[in-house]
Amino acid sequence: MSDISGKDVTRRGFFRKMGTGAVACVAVSGVMGGVAGNAQASDINALISEKMGAGAIEEGKVQLKMKDKADNGALVRVPVKVDHPQEAGNYIESIGIFVDNNPRPAVAQFNLTPHSGKAEMEVRIKMAKSSAIRVIARTNSGKLYGATKNIEVAAGGCVG
Amino acid sequence: MAIGSPKVRGPRKPVSAGSVVQIKTLIKHPMESGLRKDSSGNPIPEHYIKTVKAVYDGNTVMTADWTAGVSANPFYAFYVKATKTGDVVVTWEDSKGQSFTGKATLKIA
Repeated sequence: MSDISGKDVTRRGFFRKMGTGAVACVAVSGVMGGVAGNAQASDINALISEKMGAGAIEEGKVQLKMKDKADNGALVRVPVKVDHPQEAGNYIESIGIFVDNNPRPAVAQFNLTPHSGKAEMEVRIKMAKSSAIRVIARTNSGKLYGATKNIEVAAGGCVG
Repeated sequence: MAIGSPKVRGPRKPVSAGSVVQIKTLIKHPMESGLRKDSSGNPIPEHYIKTVKAVYDGNTVMTADWTAGVSANPFYAFYVKATKTGDVVVTWEDSKGQSFTGKATLKIA
């Protein structure tokens, strides 16, 4: 009896410790993300203009087939498909991925060519916390297409 | 963490000329942002892949500019228009100037 209860206490202690750790981690990232996120929310369009070029962004052509929820913020699948020809003289030359609430919102940029054959790709990124993700595609003539999706991150945070 | 062991995979079977094929890549890399601290509070220096480039049939197919916002041990898939039998050579270069190369051979039926 005493043996069992002894084990029980140890196990509880273990879980309590784990639980506290996890909560602390989320809380810290939440506070940091919140502060940074507010500062960036107004700047994200400026950042996109800087990286992708200025101009109106047309919705609809960029397909972002992601789930609305990400279990793990350290590994978020981002499959991108642009409904646009990829041939000499008429192609998508750049695809940019932006996450509003990341410490560094400009995550990655992909420069395609007509040799790519089609304007499609997939990468895995980090998301510090729940955030909008914006994917912007630029054609060789400078036209911008975009898609935005709000992703709920269950356990992100610690990776930045 | 071990770094490197780049993997590049294309279709195993021969493909017809002109078809567009997917190339999948994977590399071991910490993708450290420089924003994290270790258990004793010291900042962990940044160390991440900055550029990726793919060359096939004498042409640069695509280049990519990454930050530490890309996941650790990054997976990346892109597409290539198959023109003739040859290698798709992918080169990664990280923030410490180290570069890694992997390739996949495309066969035309």
